Amino acid sequence: MAQSFPEDVLEHVFSFLNYDKDRNAVSLVCKSWYEIERLCRRRIFIGNCYAVSPEIVIRRFPDVRAVELKGKPHFADFNLVPEGWGGYVYPWIVSLARAYPWLEEIKLKRMVVTDESLELISKSFKNFKVLVLLSCEGFTTDGLASIAANCRNLRELDLGESEVEDLSGHWLSHFPDNCTSLVSLNISCLGSEVSFCALERLVARCPNLKTLRLNRAVPLEKLPNLLCRAPQLVELGTGAYSAEIQSDIFSNLAEAFLGCKQLKGLSGFWDVVPAYLPAMYSVCSRITSLNLSYATAQNPELVHFVSQCSNLQRLWVLDYIEDAGLEALAASCKDLHELRVFPSDPFDAEANVSLTEQGLVAVSEGCPKLQSVLYFCRQMSNAALVAIARSRPNMIRFRLCIIEPRAPDYLTLEPLDTGFGAIVENCKELRRLSMSGLLTDRVFEYIGTHAKKLEMLSIAFAGDSDLGLHHVLSGCESLRKLEIRDCPFGDKALLANATKLETMRSLWMSSCSVSFGACKLLGQKMPRLNVEVINERGPPDSGPESCPVEKLYVYRTIAGPRVDMPGFVWTMDEQVSSSLSRVTERRGD
Amino acid sequence: MSPPLLGVEGGGRGNAPLMSSSVSVDCISQSGSGLKERNYLGLSDCSSVGSSAVSNVSGENKNNLNLNATELRLGLPGSRSPERDSDFNLLTSGKLDEKQLFPLLPSMDGICSLSQKSIVSGNKRGFSDTVDGFSEIKNSVFTDGKWMFNATGSDSGTPQSVVEAKLAGNAGINVMLSNNSSGTQPSMKKEVPTRAPQEGHNKLNGSNNNSSAPAAKAQVVGWPPIRSFRKNTLATTSKNNDEVDGKPGPGALFVKVSMDGAPYLRKVDLRTYSTYQELSSALEKMFMCFTIRQCGSQEAPGREMLGENKFKDLLHGSDYVLTFEDKDGDWMLVGDVPWEMFIESCKRLKIMKGSDAIGLAPRAMEKSKNQS
Repeated sequence: MAQSFPEDVLEHVFSFLNYDKDRNAVSLVCKSWYEIERLCRRRIFIGNCYAVSPEIVIRRFPDVRAVELKGKPHFADFNLVPEGWGGYVYPWIVSLARAYPWLEEIKLKRMVVTDESLELISKSFKNFKVLVLLSCEGFTTDGLASIAANCRNLRELDLGESEVEDLSGHWLSHFPDNCTSLVSLNISCLGSEVSFCALERLVARCPNLKTLRLNRAVPLEKLPNLLCRAPQLVELGTGAYSAEIQSDIFSNLAEAFLGCKQLKGLSGFWDVVPAYLPAMYSVCSRITSLNLSYATAQNPELVHFVSQCSNLQRLWVLDYIEDAGLEALAASCKDLHELRVFPSDPFDAEANVSLTEQGLVAVSEGCPKLQSVLYFCRQMSNAALVAIARSRPNMIRFRLCIIEPRAPDYLTLEPLDTGFGAIVENCKELRRLSMSGLLTDRVFEYIGTHAKKLEMLSIAFAGDSDLGLHHVLSGCESLRKLEIRDCPFGDKALLANATKLETMRSLWMSSCSVSFGACKLLGQKMPRLNVEVINERGPPDSGPESCPVEKLYVYRTIAGPRVDMPGFVWTMDEQVSSSLSRVTERRGD
Repeated sequence: MSPPLLGVEGGGRGNAPLMSSSVSVDCISQSGSGLKERNYLGLSDCSSVGSSAVSNVSGENKNNLNLNATELRLGLPGSRSPERDSDFNLLTSGKLDEKQLFPLLPSMDGICSLSQKSIVSGNKRGFSDTVDGFSEIKNSVFTDGKWMFNATGSDSGTPQSVVEAKLAGNAGINVMLSNNSSGTQPSMKKEVPTRAPQEGHNKLNGSNNNSSAPAAKAQVVGWPPIRSFRKNTLATTSKNNDEVDGKPGPGALFVKVSMDGAPYLRKVDLRTYSTYQELSSALEKMFMCFTIRQCGSQEAPGREMLGENKFKDLLHGSDYVLTFEDKDGDWMLVGDVPWEMFIESCKRLKIMKGSDAIGLAPRAMEKSKNQS
């Protein structure tokens, strides 16, 4: 056999591979490639922190510089996962601290992070650079103070939309005076006021600062002070965008924005006073990303502002934009890739704004590059969905939430099967789909038949029978994440497609008809799945085996059942099932 | 098996109607969303308005209703929408339509009616539903807990009375059926009161002309799928802006609830409750699995609708008290201040042992006196 490339060369070649998929493929070629690759992999992405243990990761990859972990299932965002379910990062930090002293980046999503963890991070990694905490919880501003004080080379601190216990704004003052390395700072989720002086000085001494997202407590009048000190900003999140109408405030603001020639992204805008929107007109033509989803501004000021942004690629906005505004958007922003329209008053069944399916149709027809949609509305029709599907075969992410569960086509009163069927049939590259409205098993047949590239599917209040679930599990070849709530799906489809579950990251089913017996069976048959039953009312075996479980979370894992479960979570495997019965006998309810 | 009470209702006994209608109306209108009586059989004698709506109800619906009426899961909301001040008969027919379109799983319910616990879990709503305030209604079918609801019709002046009903499964249903057969009186003992699905009904009927007044509460947990961060942010935003149409603030207000000795805590959305009693019932259901002994049943029957003053009194008899941490970081007893003031200042809740909380009471009173 010819001499293969020397290891150094291979390693150099592999260093150009950044995507996990490529590196995983490379490591399967042969044993020596596996060895070389594992020694030089620097970035790890773990989509489910319970799918693997820190020890296994460390054993395979000895020299890692960046770790990304995700914890709770997606439906935790909507309070469907009870508090205390899990997702604790501390054990990971302990292991990582021991194994990777040169770790530079930690990115966490939906995990429970304690001050202890933050302190450990700040003290264990001498070259720590990037901390991103998205939708995390469990820590206070004291933990942030540790990070600020001890991470000498901190480049990025992004708190995402985490739930931080805000003890005081003092933590920001813990950044030492010689800290000049910040490139990105996102504190928009914090409630309390940070010391503005400290913030101002920090911004002034960090010449590489590109992203600055302030929290609501930073008043509008002070914004120019920051902008003047950081004219190189590429992304800005304002604080509250409201102030008394005073001409000097306006002119200061306008002048400050005029100086920001690099600005591409805007967000923040809490409590918007529309009269101040024109102060930003000078930057509008360069803006590619605009997040107005907390801005309670209404038309005409809102649409006037948005229409100025001719290069807009991403728009997040409240439904105050209305159909008229979306039509204007379709006319002026031809480069739009992503649109998210959030409801301003989601719990009121009455529409408070004139936003219907027409707005989405207009944008779909007018914006040729539109590929990612998240849309909340109160009415939808098959005709509209078909029009959207035909206009936009390049759609990749389509998430539609019709506010009323099981709402039919408002014109014909039929289910929306045809409409969503058209979406999956026409949009062959569709990777993510969330559905709502009245849906029968038929739509799942369409999905199973056509949605071959679909990776994530979210279903609520839909379907008639197990057949629906069966279509999805048996037909969607690329499916990785499936989350279902309040659907009449039960044992048959689940058990018939048990092996499919090992090819997916996870399956969530809540308020469905999966029986406890089926869960036990699944857990026993599939040792490489963790079948977690979440029953807050009591042990699942307190009733007959045919009784449905409240919530079910199934995920593949090589780490075995986890050991940090709270009292309302049971993992179905041989041991647990029998121990459950013993518990029941003792209780004798 | 009746669940222990968190010192709110003081023993589960069916009693005579509690109070005169005028007082009850006041209390309920103060709370913002009283409970409505339902006539499951769609009889028009309970309201003089819009009988056409009732007659529009198809026979098929009536049959469905009758069938459903005999099942224990009546009034157990899946996707019920909040109740509103709308036409009574719209509500009625709405309920019928909703029953067709929100079929709760009959097979499972049949199997699971064997034991009370199974029934509860058979409805697969989980504790998270109790968080959103379903609980005092849903669970009441199976418990001895009593609650009060306002028997009210439409605006046309159907006689209103507050009826206290003890419902334990079939008992409630029997009551309803007997009323049906007599079919006379306008004010009826009803079985489980629920929040009406009227806008759900309207939408499902494909009609877009919602004449009913809007409700402001979400009933289904996690729906619409909006993150807490966004919900809380919108809530604060709308509080800062002027209130429109006098609607209660939209959005949610999630606070954590912990309990001494419990291994984990919960989150509740304070905006889904309008009285201390609702909150207390919900919390009680939530933390039911940790032993909470029943409040002393020495509370006399015939007492009035709970006002904020009464709440504190009731807690005295039980082993646990409900406390909250306010924006200043102080821990106070829940129940001292008016409800609206409470939810504005409450950051966190804690169920403490009564003995631990003794020192709290005077401070709370003083503080509210100082603040008012």
